[in-house]
Amino acid sequence: MTDTKTPRDLNAFIEGIPYARFLGISVDQKGNEITTVMKFDEKLIGNPLLPALHGGVIGAFLEMTAIIQLAYETGSAAIPKPIGLTIDYLRSGKPVDTYARAQITKQGRRVATVHAEAWQEDRSKPIAATHGHFLLKTGEEAES
Amino acid sequence: MTTEFRMTPETMMALKEMLIQHVPQMRALGVEIINAAHAQAWLRVPYDERFIGNAETGVIHGGVITTVLDNTCGMAVQLAMDEPKAIATLDLRIDYMKPATPGLALTTHAHCYKTTRNIAFVRGTAYHTDINDPIASCVGTFMIGANRTVPTGVAAAKAFMAKQKKEG
Repeated sequence: MTDTKTPRDLNAFIEGIPYARFLGISVDQKGNEITTVMKFDEKLIGNPLLPALHGGVIGAFLEMTAIIQLAYETGSAAIPKPIGLTIDYLRSGKPVDTYARAQITKQGRRVATVHAEAWQEDRSKPIAATHGHFLLKTGEEAES
Repeated sequence: MTTEFRMTPETMMALKEMLIQHVPQMRALGVEIINAAHAQAWLRVPYDERFIGNAETGVIHGGVITTVLDNTCGMAVQLAMDEPKAIATLDLRIDYMKPATPGLALTTHAHCYKTTRNIAFVRGTAYHTDINDPIASCVGTFMIGANRTVPTGVAAAKAFMAKQKKEG
C-alpha cells in the first residue's frame, strides 16, 4: 500500500506526536502484541472530587491506541485520520495508570474499522471502549 | 422553572473560576468559557504545540477535540438541570469533518436538548469561527446522579447567578 516501512520503534513513532507526550502515552510492545500505557498525572483529572480521569482524555487515549495499532499493522509512517468514533464509558477512570489495546476489525484500502478497550488494574473490567473508522493515507496522498 | 442566565462579566468569571479552574484537565488545556445559557455552553481552547497530532502538518490531535467537546457537553447538562448533580458520560459519538487549521483556536458549543430523571441527551459542535463550517460534531448521553459527588463548582456558580438575579 505504501513504500514506507513499519516504524520499528513505536515509541519513536509516538515521539512524533506531541499530544501523545502531553497525555504521557508510551508503548509496551511484546512481539506483535501492543499495549499502550497512559501514566497517571494530576492534569488528566476531570472530576477532582472522586477523583476520576477526564472522560475526554480516556477517549483520546483510545483514539491514540487505535492510531498506533494502525500504524503498526499498515506499516505506514503516515498517521491515520479519524473519521468517526463512538466511545462507551463503562467505569470511572481511577487516578492510576491506564492501559489499552486495539484490534483492527476490518482494513480496507482507504478505511479501517478499529475497536479499542482501556482498563486499569483488572483487564477483565474495562473502563471504556471505542469503535471507530479511520482514513488511511496512500503513499501519494501522504506526500502531497 | 427555566433558570434565566444573565451573562455579565462577573457571572462569566464565576463560571470560569468554578467550572474550569477546579478541573485539572481543563486548566492543562487552557480552556476558557466564552458563553453560557440555559442548557448551552460555549468553550474555547487555544492552539498549542503540545496538542499537535501530526508533527508534519501541525494539526491538533482529535483527542483534544474529543476532550473539549465532552467537557462542553457535560457543562451544557449541568446548565440544563435545576440543581447540580454528579454526571458521567455514558457514550459519546464524534464525527470529524475536517482537520482543524494549525494556529487557530477551537470553539465548541453544546446543547443539552433533553433530560430525563436518569439520562441527559446532548449535541455538540467544534469549529473555528463559523458554526456552519464544523470541524467535528458529537452526540452524547450522560448519566445523571452518577455518583455521590456533587460538583461544588456548579452549585456555587448557580447560587451566584440566583443571588445576582434576586438583586437585579
